[in-house]
Amino acid sequence: MATEAEARKLVVSVSPHARGDETVGRIMWSVNLALLPAFIMSVYYFGPRAIYVTGLCILAAVLSEHIYQTSLKKPTTIGDGSAFLTGLLLGLNLPPSVPFYVPIVGSVVAIIITKLLFGGLGYNVFNPALIGRAFLLISFPKLMTIWFAPTAKFVAMDAMTTATPLGILKEEGIVKLMEIFGDKTDLYMSLLVGNRAGSLGETSVIALLIGAAFLFYRGYITWHVPVPFLATVGLMAWVFGGEGYFTGDPVIHLLSGGLMLGAFFMATDYVTCPSIRKGQIIFGIGCGVITMLIRLKGGFPEGVMFAILLMNCFSPLIDRSFKPKMFGAVKEQKA
Amino acid sequence: MGIDWVKLFELVVSSALINNFVFTMFLGLCIFFGVSKKMETAVGMSITFLMVMVVSAALSWIVYQLIMVPLDLGFLKIIVFIGIVAAFVQSADIIMKKVSPVLYYKLGVYLALITTNCIIIAVPLHNAGEHYTFLESIAFAIGSGLGFGLALIIMASIREKLEVADVPAPFRGLPISFILAGLIALAFTGFSGLITL
Repeated sequence: MATEAEARKLVVSVSPHARGDETVGRIMWSVNLALLPAFIMSVYYFGPRAIYVTGLCILAAVLSEHIYQTSLKKPTTIGDGSAFLTGLLLGLNLPPSVPFYVPIVGSVVAIIITKLLFGGLGYNVFNPALIGRAFLLISFPKLMTIWFAPTAKFVAMDAMTTATPLGILKEEGIVKLMEIFGDKTDLYMSLLVGNRAGSLGETSVIALLIGAAFLFYRGYITWHVPVPFLATVGLMAWVFGGEGYFTGDPVIHLLSGGLMLGAFFMATDYVTCPSIRKGQIIFGIGCGVITMLIRLKGGFPEGVMFAILLMNCFSPLIDRSFKPKMFGAVKEQKA
Repeated sequence: MGIDWVKLFELVVSSALINNFVFTMFLGLCIFFGVSKKMETAVGMSITFLMVMVVSAALSWIVYQLIMVPLDLGFLKIIVFIGIVAAFVQSADIIMKKVSPVLYYKLGVYLALITTNCIIIAVPLHNAGEHYTFLESIAFAIGSGLGFGLALIIMASIREKLEVADVPAPFRGLPISFILAGLIALAFTGFSGLITL
C-alpha cells in the first residue's frame, strides 16, 4: 500500500504536463489582467452597471468555489485566480441590464456544475463561463437579450434598449445597419472602439486586442486556435454572408458579436481545447464554421458561444485522433 | 418523379445534428450510457446500430405503406414495428452467426441490445407519421443512426478522459455522465433553428 504522498505522484493528469516555472495562478491572474482594458471600456460605455454585474459574477464564482471546497474538506483553490477568471469572463459576457440573481445563478452553474463536479480545474470538459452563459440564455431568454445602447457617460443611470449589430443584421439586413451607424467607416470605427450595444465586455475590439497582445507576448496563448477561428469566420462571411456568393462583408462579422472575446480568451482555454497543435487548428476551424452557420442560418443571432461549447465536446476526440505515435511503436497486429 | 436531393440532405443533417435523438429528445439513453464507457464498444455499437436502423426503417416502410395503409391498419403500427425490428434483429443474429462468425463475435453482443432501443422504434413511427417517401425514410434513418453514433463517440471520448478525473465519490460513474449529457445537450441547442423542415 503506497502512502498518500507516493500515491499522489502516480496521479495521471491531462495535458499540459510541462509548465516551466509558470504556475496556474500566474497564468490565470495574467489573463485576468489582460481582460482589464475590456472591463474598463465596459465601465466607460455602460456605466456602474458594468461594475455591479461583473462584481456579482466574480463574487458568486469565488464564493461558490470556496464554499464547495471547504464543505468537502478540500484545499481551497480560490487563490489561483481561475474562479475569479470564470466570474470575470461570465460577467463580461452578460448584457448590462440583468437583475441581480442572473449573474449569481450563472456563476454557481459555471463553477459547481461545470468545473468542480468534474474534478476541478484541469478536468472540466466545457469552458465554465460559457456553460454559465448558455444556461442563462436558455433559462432566461428574455432577460438575456435586452441590450442597452452605450451611453459613453460614466454616470448614466437610465439607458435606451436597442438590438445588437448582429441582431439588426439578422432581422433587418445590412441596409438598416448602415442607416443606424452612418456610413461604412463609421460602422467599422464604432465596432472597433466598442460604441455599440452588446454584452458588457465583448464590444470593444481594441481593448480585447490589447489584452490578447499581452497574452501573446507572454506566450500564454498561441496562434493555433484564434487565427484559424478568425480566418474561417472571415472567409465564410465573405463567401456566404452577402446576397450572392463572394459578396459578403467579412469585417462586420469579424468585429461584432463576441468573436474577439471568444477567440482570444475562451476558445484558447488550456483545459477545454485540444492540447496538440494540429488539433488546435482543427478546433479553431470548427469553431469558425459553427459560428458562421449559426449566425447566417441558425435560430440565434450570435453563435460564438455555442460554437466553442460544441467544439469543446469534440476536443477529447480531436486529441485522440492526433495522438502522436510513440517512438519505435509497432502497429498492433490483428489477433 | 425526380429525387429531391436537397430535402434528403437536410433530413440527414437535421436528424443527425439539429434534432439529434439523444441530445434533443433524450431517447435511447440506456444504450447511450451503457456502451459509452469505452471507445471500442462505442464504435462497434455505432456501426451495428446504423445498419440495423436503415434496414428496419426500410422494412417498416414497406410493410406500413404497402400493407397497413391499404388495409387501414395504421393503429397497429407500434406492435407491428416492434415485431419487424425484433424479427429482423433475431434473424440477422442467427444468419450472421452462421455466415460470418468473425463479424458475429465483433458485433453480435450489440445486436441483442438494439432490439430494445427506443430510437429504433421511434424512427419508423416518425417516418409513418410524417408520410415520408421510401428514400426520405432511409435518409432519416441514416441521419438518426449517424447522430446516435456521433453522440456515442463524443460521449465515449469524454468519459474515457473522465476516468482519471477527481470526480466527487457520489457523482462517479453514471451521475456525472448524466450531467455531462445534459451539458452536451445544452451545447447542441445552438443548432436549433438551423434547418426547419
